[in-house]
Amino acid sequence: MRTHARPWWQRALLTREMLTVLILVAAWIIASATVQGFDGPLTITYLVLDVAPVLLIALPMTLIIATGEIDLSVASVVGLSSVTFGLLHQAGADLWLALPASVLLGAVCGALNGALVAYGGLPSLAVTIGSLALYRGLAVGLLGTTAVTDFPESWTDGATEKLGESPWPAITLGLVLLIAVFAVLLHATPFGRNVLDIGRSSEAARFSGVDVKRTLLILFVLSGAVSALAGVYYTLRYGSARGDNATGLELQVVAAVLLGGVSIFGGRGAIHGVVAGVLLIGVLGSALRLEGVTVNVINIVIGTALVVSVVAPRIAGGLRVRRRSSAGHGS
Amino acid sequence: MQNAAPTLRLEGVAKSFGPVAALRSGTLVVQPGTIHALVGENGAGKSTLVKIVGGVHRRDAGVVELDGEPVDFSGPAEAKAAGVAVIHQEPASFPDLTVAENIYLGREPLGRFRRIDRRVMRAGTRQLFRDLGVDLDPDRPAEGLSIADQQIVEIAKAISLDARLLVMDEPTAALSAVEVRRLFAVARGLRDAGHAVVFISHRLDEVADLCDTVTVMRDGEHVSTDAVADVTAGDLVRRMVGRAVADLYPKVPSTPGEVVLRVEGLESTGTFHDVSFDVRAGEIVGLAGLVGAGRSEIARAVFGVDRYDAGRVVVGGRTLRPGDPTAAIAAGLALVPEDRRLEGLVTESSVARNVSAVSRRRLARLGILLPDAEARLARDWSGRLAVKAGALDAVATTMSGGNQQKVVLAKWLATGPKVLIVDEPTRGIDVGTKAEVHRLLSTLAAEGLAVLMISSELPEVLGMADRVLVVREGRIAAELSRAEATPEVVMRAATPGAAGQEGAA
Repeated sequence: MRTHARPWWQRALLTREMLTVLILVAAWIIASATVQGFDGPLTITYLVLDVAPVLLIALPMTLIIATGEIDLSVASVVGLSSVTFGLLHQAGADLWLALPASVLLGAVCGALNGALVAYGGLPSLAVTIGSLALYRGLAVGLLGTTAVTDFPESWTDGATEKLGESPWPAITLGLVLLIAVFAVLLHATPFGRNVLDIGRSSEAARFSGVDVKRTLLILFVLSGAVSALAGVYYTLRYGSARGDNATGLELQVVAAVLLGGVSIFGGRGAIHGVVAGVLLIGVLGSALRLEGVTVNVINIVIGTALVVSVVAPRIAGGLRVRRRSSAGHGS
Repeated sequence: MQNAAPTLRLEGVAKSFGPVAALRSGTLVVQPGTIHALVGENGAGKSTLVKIVGGVHRRDAGVVELDGEPVDFSGPAEAKAAGVAVIHQEPASFPDLTVAENIYLGREPLGRFRRIDRRVMRAGTRQLFRDLGVDLDPDRPAEGLSIADQQIVEIAKAISLDARLLVMDEPTAALSAVEVRRLFAVARGLRDAGHAVVFISHRLDEVADLCDTVTVMRDGEHVSTDAVADVTAGDLVRRMVGRAVADLYPKVPSTPGEVVLRVEGLESTGTFHDVSFDVRAGEIVGLAGLVGAGRSEIARAVFGVDRYDAGRVVVGGRTLRPGDPTAAIAAGLALVPEDRRLEGLVTESSVARNVSAVSRRRLARLGILLPDAEARLARDWSGRLAVKAGALDAVATTMSGGNQQKVVLAKWLATGPKVLIVDEPTRGIDVGTKAEVHRLLSTLAAEGLAVLMISSELPEVLGMADRVLVVREGRIAAELSRAEATPEVVMRAATPGAAGQEGAA
């Protein structure tokens, strides 16, 4: 029996993910040609610095959505981790200790979500809307309306430092590494296969000996930890630990993941598509900002793109069915 | 009036999906006041034919006539309006509505001020059930109705719509013996009232029992139409398969070895009680009983997907942790579950991914799963089991039931199990593949595998098993050797209240 029904280039190129990559490339080219200042080196620098938190959080979010679940508490974990990091610094703790402590707290937040979803059998949408409020409330409660800003310059500069003379920030290396780790995890390990199987049929996965509950718990812990890491980055990037940092970021993350071709119903998705989805939102944002377009309009554009990306496969599927049945007519 | 015209006449009807010809030349003539059986292997084109009659698909060529009038339905609604009703194996009803509301859905009788007149609806439903000779409450919600009752509701709905032709698509596949008897009574009543009934089934004994005429299809073509009285089951099987089935139950003799699976005092409150049995290497143990007796529940508990309250399961000397399928698999247990599409397979996934689903961890090197290793395993096992698929990355949804079942078997055999539990291994599978599955199980047992087989088809149990355990109301009611197990003895042990009597009536 043949291994594949289609040749490799078709399998690689004719995918939902490649569509996002293609649109990203097109958006880049059009923006470079028409938007003044877009092709300057600063664009790349700020693009990477700006999308980094969304990109980080989108990686575990991809796996969670691929199982058919969702984690809406991520931005609140960013806030809570930011506050924790700031308070530990204020209390005189070494930042090399505050960093892992904040990430650990994020993992605990994720574990609480995961335990309620996996072992409590509660819907993740409801659980994480609840913890969205809870973690944000804790963050704001701990620091009030004040902010911790006196971080050492070696750390805040580190967050925005560039790689030698290139426009690429140093954090690019870390991002690429994490992208690679998550891509391998989802696409080349038994764990990743289990994740997709759960999204397609969690019952069949269970009958194949997949520990569905443990898998979900692990994913939520990952999501919490990575969100907390993003929270520390966010704090250093803007030099400010605040309870309301990154409010609403969860929607950008979910939007990017769906734009990247991950099915909201689970069972389908790829990391390269999600990376393209994140960058696409980033490119649209910076191009429109350079054009002097207001944030509201940018949100409208991104929102429309999201709706289209979710609806388009449906319409395409519907058209295909209609074409097939009308082809059956010609007797 | 054209009394001479048959209710339904199809001639040379063809339908292709892309390059695949699902139906080449469908011919079927159904007279009013008869029950007409339509038999054939899966993929013979029966479903496609039914879908054309029911208005789901449009034919590419051929003639379809209802009462002598040529018809060409563009949708199920048109077919329904013309008097065609298709009763599905598992009808879809609205669980929150009452039985009466389901029957009158979309055409509720209106009273004053255009309010729905529930009294008329209820009385009409009651009358329908009286005509059908069944006892069902029109006011109860559809939720929780058995599949058999849902079918009755569908039939009642069809009658109230003045359906002249009722097509029943494998209605008995999920029914108990009592429910089958009631359905047959209803079908005979419909026939005597002058309706034409098309009855699709894999069970030839039912065809002989119920039907007047039988049409055999093979490879999308009409093979034969005869009066049921004129043909034997053997004739039909030969025509369906296109070759003589040497033996549907090829039993290879084997000598049982040591006990591999031991179940002791397994108990699950309200489901099964004090279940104890052994399965030895090299033997096939049949688990017989009525649908709902608790056989599948026992299998699920043994495998660990369900929990149990007391007792223990020992595989190869190791006691398994309850409720832990991963541990069961590691100990050498495999379960081919009852519901292939929901539990057996990830239907959206490819053949390769399904076959490797349980073996992934073993295939991974340093945690990384190489596509080559997966493809090699999948090619190897789908080759051994003669899975028919376009390619290893073909999605399981597109495959026939028989091929899907082979994929499930391949998935478990690839793990090298010591004990294989199969729950209804050949349900909804065509005769040819059925014999293949039987031969496979028999060969595996001869090679030393311990097999526990649950089946509602008595001939299958009696034909394949070395030993038969009969489950009745959650308890092991009898243990019979191959020689002792006759249909009468098994049925008597399986039927509540039948022990000591002359078998169930």
